[in-house]
Amino acid sequence: MSKHKKVWLLISILAIVSMMLAACAAPTAAPVEPVEEEAPAAEMVEVGGVEYSTAYTGKTVTVFGVAADEQARLFQKEFDEFSEKTGIKVEYEGNKDFETLILVRVEGDDAPDIATFAQPGLVADFMRKGNLVDLSTFMTDEFLTSKYSQGLIDLSKVDGKIAGVWHNADVKSLVWYPKKAFEAKGYTIPETWDDLIALSDKMVADGETPWCIGIESAGATGWPGTDWVEDIMLRTTTPENYDKWTQGELKFNSPEVKNAFDTVAAIWFKEGYVYGGVPSILTTGFGDSPKPLFDDPPKCYLHRQASFITNFFPEGAVVGEDVAYFYLPPIDEAYGKPVLGSGSIATMFNDRPEVREVMKFLATGYSMKEEAMAGVAVAPHKDADPAWYPTDAARGFATIIQEATTFRFDGSDLMPGAVGAGSFWTGIVDWVGAEGANTDDVLSAIDASWPTE
Amino acid sequence: MSKKRQKLISDILVNGSLLLLCLIWTLPSLGMLVSSFRPRDDVLTTGWWKIDWSQLTLKNYDQVFSGKEIADASMPGGVAKGEDMSQAFLNSLVVTVPSTIIPILIAAFAAYGFAWMKFPGRKVFFIMVVAMLAVPLQIALIPILRDYTKLDLNGTFLAIWLAHTGFGLPLATYLLYNYISALPRDILESAFIDGASHFTIFTRLILQLSIPALASFAILQFMWVWNDLLVALVFIGSRPEVAVLTQRLMDMTGSRGQDWHLLMAGAFVTMSVPLFIFFMLQRYFVRGILAGSVKG
Amino acid sequence: MVAMETSENSLQSSRFFDLVAWLGRLAVSLIVPICTFLVMWRGFIFLRDGAAPKLVMALVAIIWGVGGVAILFVVSNWLVERLSVRWRSYLLPFVFVGPGLAILTWYLFLPTVRTLYYGFFNRTSTKFVGFNNFIFALTDKAMLESFRNNLLWLIVGTSLSVIFGLLIAILADRSKFEKIAKSLIFLPQAISFVGAGVIWRFIYYYRPPGEEQIGLLNAIVVALGGEPLAWLTLRPWNTFFLIAIMVWLQTGFAMIILSAALKGVPEELLEAARIDGATEIQIFFGIIIPYIQGTIITVSTTILIATLKIFDIVFVMTNGLYGTEVMASQQYKQMFKYQDFGRGSAVAIILLITVIPVMFYNLRQFREREAF
Repeated sequence: MSKHKKVWLLISILAIVSMMLAACAAPTAAPVEPVEEEAPAAEMVEVGGVEYSTAYTGKTVTVFGVAADEQARLFQKEFDEFSEKTGIKVEYEGNKDFETLILVRVEGDDAPDIATFAQPGLVADFMRKGNLVDLSTFMTDEFLTSKYSQGLIDLSKVDGKIAGVWHNADVKSLVWYPKKAFEAKGYTIPETWDDLIALSDKMVADGETPWCIGIESAGATGWPGTDWVEDIMLRTTTPENYDKWTQGELKFNSPEVKNAFDTVAAIWFKEGYVYGGVPSILTTGFGDSPKPLFDDPPKCYLHRQASFITNFFPEGAVVGEDVAYFYLPPIDEAYGKPVLGSGSIATMFNDRPEVREVMKFLATGYSMKEEAMAGVAVAPHKDADPAWYPTDAARGFATIIQEATTFRFDGSDLMPGAVGAGSFWTGIVDWVGAEGANTDDVLSAIDASWPTE
Repeated sequence: MSKKRQKLISDILVNGSLLLLCLIWTLPSLGMLVSSFRPRDDVLTTGWWKIDWSQLTLKNYDQVFSGKEIADASMPGGVAKGEDMSQAFLNSLVVTVPSTIIPILIAAFAAYGFAWMKFPGRKVFFIMVVAMLAVPLQIALIPILRDYTKLDLNGTFLAIWLAHTGFGLPLATYLLYNYISALPRDILESAFIDGASHFTIFTRLILQLSIPALASFAILQFMWVWNDLLVALVFIGSRPEVAVLTQRLMDMTGSRGQDWHLLMAGAFVTMSVPLFIFFMLQRYFVRGILAGSVKG
Repeated sequence: MVAMETSENSLQSSRFFDLVAWLGRLAVSLIVPICTFLVMWRGFIFLRDGAAPKLVMALVAIIWGVGGVAILFVVSNWLVERLSVRWRSYLLPFVFVGPGLAILTWYLFLPTVRTLYYGFFNRTSTKFVGFNNFIFALTDKAMLESFRNNLLWLIVGTSLSVIFGLLIAILADRSKFEKIAKSLIFLPQAISFVGAGVIWRFIYYYRPPGEEQIGLLNAIVVALGGEPLAWLTLRPWNTFFLIAIMVWLQTGFAMIILSAALKGVPEELLEAARIDGATEIQIFFGIIIPYIQGTIITVSTTILIATLKIFDIVFVMTNGLYGTEVMASQQYKQMFKYQDFGRGSAVAIILLITVIPVMFYNLRQFREREAF
């Protein structure tokens, strides 16, 4: 009893002193000094294979992210066991206006302890502005490499600092097709780009329309087009060039990017290839665009879109029966089997010991268990168990990520907002509007919009 | 005879054109009303005017009221229920009522001051009020949030009331000034001769006479605050215990905006309160409040 | 009368006295509101951390908040009325306008000054860049497009809202169905913007020819034998389709304010004109319009400024694509999406400058209505 009391006394004195210190410090003071030692007398508990301290019982850690609704529920649930054992309360707040709000809150000195970003471009901004904590100050390389592939760790680095840990992932390099009709027609899944084009030609010869494409998305119109370009970029040039491109070092009007646009144009603007023709690319909602796959007979047979498009399928459509997917085939063997993905990365704004514990937990596959079991996202962690996924389809996404020779993040999310959520989108719209006749102008215009310091 | 006919014709003209305008104005909302009773796939495959009566359902409303159904294998029946609306409803009321009354009160005082009192800087200050009308509130979010963080005010209702007061004040002052300054001077003059103070005149006379204007602005401000999302998100956040209705509504559309059918039902439920207020206040827009007090 | 005499007195007094008077005014404007604020604030922290049932806390909070503001005025008035006649006349106006000005200064004026300052800095506000941001805002292609569109919004949007609002207010005033009609027109105002966005998507929705149209406009076009159109991509008409949404939303506002003003037109005046044999149209232009002129100007100004600030319609419906950009949507995007505080601030300041003519017009009106 008395021993406990002393510990509490010590902790509260420490807390009061640190609060006073924090209150005295200037609001924009440097990050709080790293706390090297664990508080004494703390027991360690194990959750999902990693040990955590119980010294921070009763503390609350706030997490802010974009996932709302069902995914937020799952996310919160993933902390149940962790909170019960360590006593650290985790409060998640999810909001669709995350992008704007996180900026306002950080600038307003009201940053959450942890934020999960779907836009690594923003993460880099905050890291460079000095708002984020470099995780390598308390996470060892050893720990990180036991949880993530080197490729993913590299992707989480900003100027050599570890900006965050990957929480979940979506696969984007997928082509969806109506399984029954596809097989009934005797079509086979293409293994190479040439196969894909040959398949499309065959469909046209059969009097069918191969592709369904729609890039309309209200305020975000154009983004599905940027995904196409990025997927092709990964397949036609080196990952290094892709990285340079997303960082603004490789210009849009370089031969590499131009080539990617031309490859996209060869499908999008080819007579008879796209259901509804070019005008419908521009005006069909991306959520609406896979609908013709489900008509009987299907009005189109191929639809390239990320794994989350299943949310927009008609009610009752079963992946694996009514509709199935294949990996968007490679173009040049030299670049292997690259995968374009998206996902969220958990970052740390406030350095407190209990926040560190939560960050450590987020680095484990165990922190993705509920989402994986519900099949809403893929765990990028090494220690995630494939048995968690509820369906073969969901397991398949995980396999695609694991088999990827190159994994790269959605480029438009990596670029600065003015490009990635601005001129790249509008550029795509202008480009489709002119049926690809103005490629050079569009690319130069995007280059010109790249922010300069 | 002809007068009666003339009256009939003008009645038909008046009511006819009114009906036409009302139809045009209502049609979009009607579409939403019908759609809110239709199942998700119907909403996305056929137009709302092709109503299949047998298909209409209350399921959307059920989900809106009692929480959205979420697939969850660990729950019995494989379905879990999301947050229901009651908490959000309460939060919205707590946010909206003071955010409506406080700016009206402050603005009415200010409007009276500008209209009926003489003081140095009157013009300059009035220009400031009108100029502030044009300031997009987005530019104020970050500085105000910073101040709030220093005052530890974030997440309190006071924070958002004051914010809505600040952002609503220019319009309130401007509208009320225009009304109050147009009140007949002789009423006030006679009150002054009777020895009444400014404060008495304001509370006893001006507030009574300005009821139509106060009611109009009250409706507008209520509507604006009730439907606001951005200000609420910034100053009180979106955790379930503080989230307002508009936030609930946003959540309801699903993570990628795929659940329009729920949004439409939710939008109608949300709308009911401001409409109720409108009906309540409508009786204040009656002829004669002023007419009776005007001499000659 | 008393106020007039004392203000003449103050003209004769020394500069020093002026200064003291101003300090007093500042004190009245600030000290009492700040004390009230402090008490309310501590109370709220207490409430937030307390564990009372939600409903009780909500009620207490509402009473506390509203009551607090009311008491603020009563107390400061009481204090000032204790003073000598001379001091009272100096300070009393600030009991009335002080709290409003103080809040306005904190919430809008200071942020505006700050915005002006940041307009001269780069995107992260770390380097002075002179007028670069303003030059950008006045020459950028998207901004030039915004200026043109904003002009359309201002002229078409404002005039249609006011005309329809007035028309409906007058028609409703003469109809037995006044309440229903006004409620129906008012309805769109009550719909949250999230809802309105969906409603109008279902009006302008486009599907390729041959598909079942779920957008009302295209269904009509197809039923009449035409080809479906992607309305929101049709330059330059798409701006007008967006303006239609604004008119739909704002007419209710114009209507209720104008309607309230119409109720103020003395019935005797109208009766007298009718007895003199004036036609309804003559009455409308000869009596009603002049009588409510002030309100029409107020409503127009308000809608004009609201139109200038409009961004959510554009932002949600088209994101400014297909040539529909407006100034406020540019401002929002630059500041929050592109994280360019410099440019965002510059656009906001330009937006503010465009209101200057409206301000001067209102000031003229203001001068015509002299106080006691």
